[in-house]
Formats: sequence, structure tokens, C-alpha cells
Amino acid sequence: MKKIKKIKIKINGNFRLINSNINLLKLLKSLKIPFKKVAIELNQEIIDKKKLNKKILKKGDKIEIVHFIGGG
Amino acid sequence: MKLKKDKLIIANKNFKSRLIVGTGKYKSMVECAKAVKISGASIVTVAVRRVNITDKKKALLMDYIDPKKITYLPNTAGCFNSKDALRTLRLAREIGGWKLVKLEVLGDKKNLFPEMIETLKSTEVLSKEGFKVMVYCNDDPLMAKRLEDSGACAIMPLAAPIGSGLGIQNKTNIRIIRKQTKLPLIIDAGLGQASDATIAMELGCDGVLVNTAIAKAKKPLHMALAFKNAVIAGRQSYVSGRIQKNLMGSASSPKKGII
Repeated sequence: MKKIKKIKIKINGNFRLINSNINLLKLLKSLKIPFKKVAIELNQEIIDKKKLNKKILKKGDKIEIVHFIGGG
Repeated sequence: MKLKKDKLIIANKNFKSRLIVGTGKYKSMVECAKAVKISGASIVTVAVRRVNITDKKKALLMDYIDPKKITYLPNTAGCFNSKDALRTLRLAREIGGWKLVKLEVLGDKKNLFPEMIETLKSTEVLSKEGFKVMVYCNDDPLMAKRLEDSGACAIMPLAAPIGSGLGIQNKTNIRIIRKQTKLPLIIDAGLGQASDATIAMELGCDGVLVNTAIAKAKKPLHMALAFKNAVIAGRQSYVSGRIQKNLMGSASSPKKGII
């Protein structure tokens, strides 16, 4: 069996090992992120939610997923 | 002036209530949602933070307060420079097209006073990007004017430090700002009890923003109602035109017919 290569990325400040060659859409789906209620940044660049599948993740990528919480 | 038609207008949008409430510091989302409902607020402030990706069952604010029914006003609380504030609001816009935002750039971790140079810079950039920026600021009439010239859609001076509950510290400055601007003037931060909101409205403010005074009251739901009524009372009092202050007394009953 072919061994799947893993890469290390950072999501919301925490390191995570993921399979290489997957796109941002696939990763967010696996994390069960409610797309309509969040905004996504890849390496400090806001990513249009329609283009998530075009962003193939690389080693060292930094992803931020934010939403609204209670605040004054 | 018919008070029913007396609505708060911000960036050409009408809002029924002149009370804006914050959604932080509540014991639970349920309590927060109830307080918002009782307060009658049409606008609530919200913060932009990281999604908890490990605990997916965690309740989301949007599940409790429907952004289709109540206007979410994303803020930049916790930002200490223009760069972070811009990043936060651009993300907020991306969440769902929010353009009406509250800019708040802080300068000191203890007193939470606004860093006005960074605030001014951010207002300029955001306005150019098409944001409608409501700006948290100090109670300085000169700075309020600068913000207006930079494209702010509402001026939001503090009453006192955020969360302090001290009430309006400088009524004179608020009055001067009121006189110089036609923009919505909203007291933001530092109110402690319902009467503080009445005072703000009687000074001619267009609205007040309250969070801690409601969320941290012993009975938040009761306090939410108290603030709702206080804002209405203050506004009615302001538009009704108060009497002149006199040093001496003036009898209320006529002299004619005294026995």
C-alpha cells in the first residue's frame, strides 16, 4: 500500500497533520465547518468561499477560521 | 414631532430602537438572547473570533440571535492597532456581507481608552473600501470632527472607560459634539445604570450602546427593560424641550382666587 504523505499546517493557532495534496474545501468539510457562518483566511489572505477548492494546501500554511461571538 | 416616526437613522438605514446592546459577558447564550429581545434593540454588537474546531457542538451566536431579524454590528474589540482592526472587519464583511461596522482601536489595556491616531487612520481606509464605519472614540470634539471628515457614519464617544459603569463624565463635551455634528451621535461604553442612558438621550444623543451594565446587573433581563424604557424616556424628554432652569421658585398654582 502506498503511504500517504502528511504535511504540517496551522489551523486557528494549532498545528495539525493533514494529508498532502488536499484543497481547503475538503479540509474544511472534514472539520464540519458551517461555511455560511464563517470567514476563512489562508496565510493572512481572505479566501472567497467559492474558490476554496482551488486552494491546494502546502506545508506550513496558516489557516484562520473565524465567526461571530458575543461581544460589546 | 411624532415619536412613532422618530427613528434612529444610520447610513441611510432606519432602526426602530435607539438602544444598541452588546452581546458579551452574559452567563449564557440563552440569557443574552432573552436580554436582547427584552431590550427591544434593533442592533447588537458582536465580536469576530476563532471558531472552536475541536468542540463542534459549541453553541453559535447566530443560532440564538437571528441576523436576519436583528442587525449584527461587528466590532474590532481587542484590536490595538489599525492593521488588526482592518483585518478583523474585512473578515467580518466576508462572513456575510456586513458593511456596517463598529471600529474600536484600543490604546491601553487598563483603561481601554481608544487609540485615536490609529482609529482615524482606520476610519479613512475603511470608508474608502465601502464600509459604513461607526467609530468608538474619546469625547473630544476636535477628534470627532476629524472622524466625521474621514468618512465615519456615526460618532460613538465613550461616557467613561469600557465596563466601568461610571456614567457620563463629561457632559459638556458631549453637548459640544452634539452641536457640531449632524451624524448620529451614540454614547458607547461606561454607562452603569438606566438613568445614565436617559441623561445621554437628554443631552441630544441619537442612541446609546450598552453591554456590561445589562449583562453584569444582578438581574440582566430586568435591567434590559430598564434601559429600554430609559432610552425612550430620555429621547421623549429631549424632543419635548425642557424648561429653563431658574434660581428662584415659580409657583405652580395660580395666585388668583387665593382665600
